[in-house]
Amino acid sequence: MDVSREDVASKAAPRTDVRRSEYCVIACAEAWRDAGEILASPMGFIPSVGARLARLTFSPDLLLTDGEAMLVRPDGTPEGWLPYRQHLTLVASGRRHVMMGASQIDRFGNQNISCIGDWARPKRQLLGVRGAPINTLNNPTSYWVPRHSPRVFVEKVDMVCGVGYDRVAEHPGTARFHRIPRVVSDLGVFDFATPDHSMRLASLHPGVSVEQVREATGFELVVPDEVPSTREPTPEELRLIREVIDPADTRRREVSS
Amino acid sequence: MTDKTMTADEVVARLHSGMTLGIGGWGSRRKPMALVRALLRSDLTDLTVVSYGGPDVGMLAAAGRIRKLVAAFVTLDSIPLEPNYRAARETGAFELTEVDEGMFMWGLRAAANRLPFLPVRAGIGSDVMRVNPGLRTVTSPYDDGETFVAMPALRLDAALVHVNRADRLGNGQYLGPDPYFDDLFCEAADSAYLSCERIVDTAELTKEAPPQSLLVKRLSVTGVVEAPGGAHFTSCAPDYGRDENVQRLYASTPWAEFSDRFLAGDEQAYGSAVRNWQEEQG
Repeated sequence: MDVSREDVASKAAPRTDVRRSEYCVIACAEAWRDAGEILASPMGFIPSVGARLARLTFSPDLLLTDGEAMLVRPDGTPEGWLPYRQHLTLVASGRRHVMMGASQIDRFGNQNISCIGDWARPKRQLLGVRGAPINTLNNPTSYWVPRHSPRVFVEKVDMVCGVGYDRVAEHPGTARFHRIPRVVSDLGVFDFATPDHSMRLASLHPGVSVEQVREATGFELVVPDEVPSTREPTPEELRLIREVIDPADTRRREVSS
Repeated sequence: MTDKTMTADEVVARLHSGMTLGIGGWGSRRKPMALVRALLRSDLTDLTVVSYGGPDVGMLAAAGRIRKLVAAFVTLDSIPLEPNYRAARETGAFELTEVDEGMFMWGLRAAANRLPFLPVRAGIGSDVMRVNPGLRTVTSPYDDGETFVAMPALRLDAALVHVNRADRLGNGQYLGPDPYFDDLFCEAADSAYLSCERIVDTAELTKEAPPQSLLVKRLSVTGVVEAPGGAHFTSCAPDYGRDENVQRLYASTPWAEFSDRFLAGDEQAYGSAVRNWQEEQG
């Protein structure tokens, strides 16, 4: 991710009226900056608001879906057809950046949405692996975690659905399209820009301390000496979020502060 | 020309315990629920179910009919986690082959193409390989030398799908935005049963809809069932959306109670039970 740009932006005076959910939207939107003409595939409310914000501002060539089978402009006007079978082909083409959820994620970006506990007889059955294995080997895959806690950011995930950097390194021939650009949580933004690709704190949302993130993370996070703040939204971005994209404030259902 | 119309119970009479059944639709969308309800009225059991799972899987699991499930997920869409499926998994009620969504599609494609497997860039590095120790890999014979998962064909004894319209010969038409994988399910199966909202004359199929809406070809269909509301409570766009109220009720009611009230009788009894419940709600 482009930390320098966020760093420069963070030097603007912080606005006191920006809510945490809105910093999360900005952090998610930034995942699709400079992505070009690809499909933005957000899962969850805040990533969806972020993708539409990116499309309406700094990434106008992005493609968006209606969550069903249509490609749509931000106002909902259809511009293409993308049923599930074609969506899977688009994944394989690599021309997509998905932001998935994660019930568990570890320091190398291995992600779990399948089950908690022993797979053979899980303590809690969740969704299943879904498309996480195919996503992570084919197109950039970022993650969104609305409640950062040691139960989500774990030492070792119970079932590897999305493939992390350490696991894919064991299969160098398979790794050529593997990339996890970022993890966004309600506390900050994380990337894997370290020599061994272990998770690093890339930016903190305003109002969050490094200590708070450390306490909420179940493994040792790489923390640089200077951690930038997640950038401020511009007045126009705030207007778009609040009045155009999400006037019903669905973002608050994921991050209430 | 062969008239393939039959009733849902006649479909089920052609199936056997121990069969591998593919069920079309996706999540809680266009599931052949009338056929699933007929299955639940029968004593068929020990099934291997192959499904992009929704309440079809949840109900069959709750009723103890599944020996093995092949799936990438089970969800009710607007309710992310399927409660009956969860309960069954957490008690270890059946065997699970958990594969990725793309692997699943390539398994159906392989079966439809009479191939033993198809290569897919998915699975490697993930625990899909750990929990499916029988999965093999294949190396590209060309210069790139990449290793892929050799996804085995998901050959089905029978497929059950639901579409918007069909003729009596088994030509099936979808009018919603997504075909899902229903044609593939039919092509991957030794016999396929198509339920539909309405049976119409062949000529009527293309009167108002384009020819590419003709999803399922009659040569891959064994039986056609006219089942208005046959996907209820899942969606069947554009004929109807998901019945969120009944789905919520299903998800929050103990299985025995739901089953007694709604699934004890035939399809007509199901319809009246739903209407009675809706009237009680005002």
